[in-house]
Amino acid sequence: MKLNNESDRVKREVLARVARALYADTPAALDRIPLEMRPRGKPFSRCCVYKDRAALRYRVMAALGFRGEDETDELKPLADYAAEVPLRTRNPEPFISILSEGCSACLESQTTVTNLCRSCLARPCAANCPRQAVHVKNGRAEIDRSRCVNCGICAKACAFHAIVQVPLACADACPVDAVGKTDDGRVAIDHEKCIRCGRCQSACPFGAIMACSQLADVILKIKAGRNVVALTAPALAGIFPNAPARLCGALLKLGFSAVHDVAAGADETASREARELHERLAAGDAFMTTSCCPAWIETVRRHLPTLAPFVSHTPSPMRLAADAARAAHPGAVLVFIGPCAAKRTEATLAGSPDHVLTAEELGAMLIARDIDVDACEPAAPVVAGSPLGRGFAVTGGVAAAVAAQLPGGVTSPGAYTVNGLTPKTLRLLAAFAKTGKAPAPLVEVMCCEGGCVGGPCSFEDPARAAARLTSSK
Amino acid sequence: MIHLQICQGTTCYVMGAAQLASLATALPDDLRPHVRVTGCRCLGLCRDGAFGGAPYVTIDGDVLARANPEILLEALRARIRATLLPS
Repeated sequence: MKLNNESDRVKREVLARVARALYADTPAALDRIPLEMRPRGKPFSRCCVYKDRAALRYRVMAALGFRGEDETDELKPLADYAAEVPLRTRNPEPFISILSEGCSACLESQTTVTNLCRSCLARPCAANCPRQAVHVKNGRAEIDRSRCVNCGICAKACAFHAIVQVPLACADACPVDAVGKTDDGRVAIDHEKCIRCGRCQSACPFGAIMACSQLADVILKIKAGRNVVALTAPALAGIFPNAPARLCGALLKLGFSAVHDVAAGADETASREARELHERLAAGDAFMTTSCCPAWIETVRRHLPTLAPFVSHTPSPMRLAADAARAAHPGAVLVFIGPCAAKRTEATLAGSPDHVLTAEELGAMLIARDIDVDACEPAAPVVAGSPLGRGFAVTGGVAAAVAAQLPGGVTSPGAYTVNGLTPKTLRLLAAFAKTGKAPAPLVEVMCCEGGCVGGPCSFEDPARAAARLTSSK
Repeated sequence: MIHLQICQGTTCYVMGAAQLASLATALPDDLRPHVRVTGCRCLGLCRDGAFGGAPYVTIDGDVLARANPEILLEALRARIRATLLPS
């Protein structure tokens, strides 16, 4: 289970403070955020209060949608960045930004002998090492770094649990080996390999991997009187503990002119995908994978091109909901809101919807405006989806919705669910492409374990969010 | 019996009360018989920029800011020592 932690709290507090400064038209307050969050004489988390403040400055930049990597003048006021927000025409891509002041330059993932080693008689560590890297010297096992391949066999063999594999949180979380190190040991992300899943951001205990937010763009467009329409992901109703009608009311109170439930887009995706599956199977295809998960689409594009012919061509619920909203509200600014990091990339590459906010960023807007969702007047979305469409947010839900939409007379073909992209499931999917066979005609792929409710930009326990969605059916 | 109230207002929920709800259902054995846990509507403590202190909880009416499991369990044990145990 993903737990909240202090790093998440700091991130959300920065977002809320930035939102508050923008709502209040007090951009100068942005420059005070690092000082207010780390006042002199109060506890700090890094080596000194000044380093904490430096890190917070870059968090504010990311909250405004700017990458610290692009900084040319360290003295440029944060208020000046805010002034540039209305001028930009493209969302940041890649949106991931490294907070190098925050990165602790953790050790590369490695196997280490601790002082629990008792220099036993059996010495299974040395006996079982396939590379002869373990030797006992001076009454303790030692690992020869030049030989060790970090396989962990010695750690498993030790009866005293005296050998540990020290993880590198960010790199270990990455399913596609896109997270590495610079020469000075700090984190570096290979954006050509990165699938935008956001897992490294959640995993880093220093919060040193950040996302450039589109929060400021949305707030300033609402304030400028633009017609801004919210497209709410199915997962959102599970993440917020409130009745969905109250959440809809809260979005209207924030200044969104209308709310479209993306579950309606999901219904359309399921219907089209069912038709596509039917046609593909009739044409002799062995299987088809779903296409709604943007991190999965990036994975295919960057790592598994052999699977591309098997991926559904049906647009995602977000895209279909955006198309419908575009037709219903000409000239409106469309904003998708959900727990997903990768939707930012999907929207930026497709040019629609105009912006993507996360559940955390929506939370920050509500905090900044002192809006308590339960105190809001209930309201209904202009477009609502069916329970099957809402089910897209939970693993197995996409396959269930597609099966329910299969043309009459076709029995359910059965589905195989990939619940979370990992090196292991990626190898499995590659094997499907190579052999041209899969365990079922429909392969549902969810990058995040548990489905979208397990997304990296949520503040709720995925199991509780899933339970809320399931019970509201 | 000690009364722990966890604010379920939006600010507190987003800032970490979601996690406290998980804790409340799994209190350690030494605390469980002595603590009654309830959720409550927004206490209004987060207003006017005071959201930096969220999530808020109250223990027998006394406000505890920036509650996390560590702070909360410590405060509950301190309250038990102060009120329930003979001195």
